[in-house]
Amino acid sequence: MSAVRFAGIGKSFGAFTALHPTDLDVADGEFLTLLGPSGSGKTTLLNICAGYLPPSRGRLLVGERDVTATPARRRNMGMVFQSYALFPHMDVHENVAYGLRVRRVPASEIARRVAEALRVVRLEGFARRAIRALSGGQQQRVALARALVIEPDVLLMDEPLGALDRQLRKEVQLEIRRMHLARPRTTLYVTHDQEEALVMSDRVAVMRAGSVVQVGTGRALYDRPADAFVARFLGESNLVAGTVAATDGTTATLTVPGLPHAIAGSAASGLAAGARAVALIRPETVRPEAGGLPARIVERVHLGEIVALRLVLGNGLELWCRRLAGTDPAGEGIEIGWDPASVSILPDAA
Amino acid sequence: MLDRLAGRLGPAALLLPAVALLAVVFVLPLLRLLELSFSDPAGAATPYVELLHDPIYRKVFAATAWVAVAVTAITVLLGYPFALALARAPLRWRVILFACVLTPLWISVLVRTFSWMLLLETNGPVNRLLVAGGIVERPLALLFNQTGVLIGMVHVLLPYAVLPIYAALVRVDPALLRASEGLGASPARTFLRVLLPLSMPGVATGGAFVFLLSLGFFITPALLGGASSITLSMLIDGFVNERLVWPLAAAASMILLAATLAFLAMAARFVAPAAVAEVR
Repeated sequence: MSAVRFAGIGKSFGAFTALHPTDLDVADGEFLTLLGPSGSGKTTLLNICAGYLPPSRGRLLVGERDVTATPARRRNMGMVFQSYALFPHMDVHENVAYGLRVRRVPASEIARRVAEALRVVRLEGFARRAIRALSGGQQQRVALARALVIEPDVLLMDEPLGALDRQLRKEVQLEIRRMHLARPRTTLYVTHDQEEALVMSDRVAVMRAGSVVQVGTGRALYDRPADAFVARFLGESNLVAGTVAATDGTTATLTVPGLPHAIAGSAASGLAAGARAVALIRPETVRPEAGGLPARIVERVHLGEIVALRLVLGNGLELWCRRLAGTDPAGEGIEIGWDPASVSILPDAA
Repeated sequence: MLDRLAGRLGPAALLLPAVALLAVVFVLPLLRLLELSFSDPAGAATPYVELLHDPIYRKVFAATAWVAVAVTAITVLLGYPFALALARAPLRWRVILFACVLTPLWISVLVRTFSWMLLLETNGPVNRLLVAGGIVERPLALLFNQTGVLIGMVHVLLPYAVLPIYAALVRVDPALLRASEGLGASPARTFLRVLLPLSMPGVATGGAFVFLLSLGFFITPALLGGASSITLSMLIDGFVNERLVWPLAAAASMILLAATLAFLAMAARFVAPAAVAEVR
């Protein structure tokens, strides 16, 4: 059973279409991330789910219930805002208790549930602190506790880690992931950060220009992206443009001007012989190979445990190659190859 | 060039001309007034003793304070919804509503007060409307009494309440209101628990503005009020222009000043000039 179902949901502002009619199912207890650049419609979709924005068309179902016309306050969803939106005139305890007081929960139960929620986000002992006395990371956790304590049917998060520094962001990502695994709860998470999406999500919906381009597990999106846009958005990628020489539906070969052999790989859907397409060769799959394509190393970038090499092939084509530090080849000249099984031939996303 | 100069001299230097002007035209006369208030031939403190003990004068003080409190309460109650409408209105409407607030400020208080005299007189349009509408049987006494004073002062002072409240309202992050709604709160609860408390600095600032201006207000009470509603500023005017008792006038002015400063000291905790200075 799907916990949340977007059925043909779309949103227009006058002549501008923020969200094309979209179908999307979120399974019960699933952590689904809406990933896309700004303006791709991901926050629009989230706000429609929360009830802050009425859709222009389509229906929204939560469980079996049609909530399209239900006001936000009757949807029982927990929202974590990008700016946290904590009430500055209340302390931590009162912020977390707010949704319970609204629901007329008895005082003793409020005390118990707030304490429990603060324990879950590891903020015991902070109950009487003023909001402005908290760090960004602590405020983020109060916001999470406030959303969780009402036992929401759906947890919604709008780039909640955007304001945190990189180190803290990584920690909180893992923390949110662990909390989710300990107590799975249907979650819609919005971000433009691919790493965040990959770390936390059961599935990721990649969005672009108001449409969902592809939905799948992080692994599936990384290995078999639907098109060049998804490939570029998740991870590092070499995209080599060419013409489809042949395809049998599952595999395809791509002719690239100046390369001696066609590039073989798995075929994405929507490919036709003779059409323009790109070959996705992930940098970590490019490896030194005796007797392979001759290339010249023109740049070395040290990224800690990884070294990124910029290679130029004979025809002027550039490829990035990533090797573990210490295993990167010395010298300038190199012969390279890759495993055809890891290559995808994709339609070129215009 | 100018920036450099300003940077070197600092804000203190930029304030100097204004401070100098205030010292000459405000502080010096004030000191002279203080001196004057203790210059009664019958004894230095006599004017103060007379003012604070005579029941008639005490009634004037009480009436002044009461008018100030009433005007403050009414302007805040009228001003809050208006400020809220201003903060919520789409841009085009906001411009029109702002004009409604600001235009009166640019018109002389005297002109506005005379206009109210025309509107409120026994056979004026307000009374004719009330009678024609069957709301009252006979024209109401709206002029030369406290009702007239309240109507006129509320009108003149309303912008001073609206603007700080508006400034406080637009500073409230709209995400807070959505957070409250998302947590299940009704619009009324969101207003009472989130928007109202967060806009209180604006209410306090606006209320203090209006209260302080009311305490010393002269033209409107003088023209719209009657003998039954004399305020402190009218009393001072009488001392100076009719009875020519300068020490008494000076002493009354000092009492008004002391009351104002005392109120400011009390209100300083709640009033936030920053709420006005930091309008985004």
